[in-house]
Amino acid sequence: MIDKRIASCRDAVADIFDGATVMIGGFGEAGSPIELIHALIDHGARNLTVINNNTGSGHVGLAALIENGQVGKMICSFPRTANSTVFPDLYRAGKIELELVPQGTLAERIRAGGAGIPAFYTATSVGTPLADGKKHEMFDGQEFVQERGLTADFALIKSLNADRYGNLIYNKTARNFAPIMAMAAKCTVVQTQVFVEAGDIDPEVVVTPGIFVNRIVTVENPAQESKLVSAGVTYP
Amino acid sequence: MSNLTMSSLFMSKISQHNHEDASDKIGWDREQMAQKAAQDIPDGAYVNLGIGIPEKVARYVPEGREVIYHTENGLLGMGPTPEDDEIDFELINAGKKPVSAIAGAAYFHHADSFAMIRGKHIDVCVLGAMQVSAKGDLANWSTGAVDAIPAVGGAMDLVAGVKTIFVITQHTTKQGEPKLIEHCSYPLTGQGVVSRIYTDLAVIKVTERGLEVVELAPGVDFDYVQQRTGCELLRS
Repeated sequence: MIDKRIASCRDAVADIFDGATVMIGGFGEAGSPIELIHALIDHGARNLTVINNNTGSGHVGLAALIENGQVGKMICSFPRTANSTVFPDLYRAGKIELELVPQGTLAERIRAGGAGIPAFYTATSVGTPLADGKKHEMFDGQEFVQERGLTADFALIKSLNADRYGNLIYNKTARNFAPIMAMAAKCTVVQTQVFVEAGDIDPEVVVTPGIFVNRIVTVENPAQESKLVSAGVTYP
Repeated sequence: MSNLTMSSLFMSKISQHNHEDASDKIGWDREQMAQKAAQDIPDGAYVNLGIGIPEKVARYVPEGREVIYHTENGLLGMGPTPEDDEIDFELINAGKKPVSAIAGAAYFHHADSFAMIRGKHIDVCVLGAMQVSAKGDLANWSTGAVDAIPAVGGAMDLVAGVKTIFVITQHTTKQGEPKLIEHCSYPLTGQGVVSRIYTDLAVIKVTERGLEVVELAPGVDFDYVQQRTGCELLRS
């Protein structure tokens, strides 16, 4: 019988190894799997390459993972946001590497990685410094730049509902990168707000089919990052 | 929801008119710049609005036109800022501010969202600018300063994929330096991508021959605008 449930966030991230590449869902706080990130801080794996659109806020969640010295490299599109000081400080001090990727290219690289496509061409960034050193090619009279697919050892994402097969639906704009990250990682770990019986999610509305999911942890009342940030909370 | 209702909803959320705008400064204020751009958004358009002055455009789309707003973090059919008691921190816009979803809205993941952009399905995008060149090159993501934290977000994808790019910007920097210039000195966001520019002094069309002034703000003549522009302007 297939049942992808795991008892705790701690158990769900226990085999994340030093040097692993980890995709973390979320656009700002929407969709950020904050309890899984905190479990990864407790677990302590180091020298991680983390793929996320941003670099976290305040001193909780992704920002806390970075602040704890566990991230060697960030792959993201927008590393500075309101209340984001951890990454900028480390970056200026030369203590963390940054691969800056246009947001749509980041999404497409993740989708391509998940679909077994090693590289693709796009018009985005042609003529800008972000295309420097990359292969260019003309198609139908227009110039395009080659971008590589992205895969990861682990993806940490958040859903609204999950069943034992790993079928997922999301809450509004918390969906963002989660469905494509689930496709692109060898091991996808989901924190779901509500665990439901198989069949309770209408097959017509399943967003992420269970084949892309490996582990499910139920976190009924996830913390709200912006509330923690405004209260000045730090983790650990 | 009719466009009239949409516009008045956006209107109801207008923050108090900025005193800066209400000064005796010559030319159009920021609301009027947004209003000018809104006149040129056609009925039935799918529109992406950048952060800052471009966000104001939604309030001024003329009555009788229905426009659908796309936000790149996964929502088509974005509505105005919700009341405090209706805020969901997982329903946000690209600026990570709470928004609402209109009846008939759709949520989707990041790769689909950027397929809308990069696949040329979005009709109009309104963006801010640091510099625009005589050829319509846009620089709006980095000054290239060594200590700056580079952050590009979705800007390069938008200019590469959206059919029509409008720019709303002050005509000069706070120091009085021209922002419309022969060649951009800052790193580019895209080459030859801008169609029209709405400044506090004029509405300008990008043509093959250069920048053509199509409308002057009240109390401003062609020579006044030319003196504050770093490339030769054409008369319409």
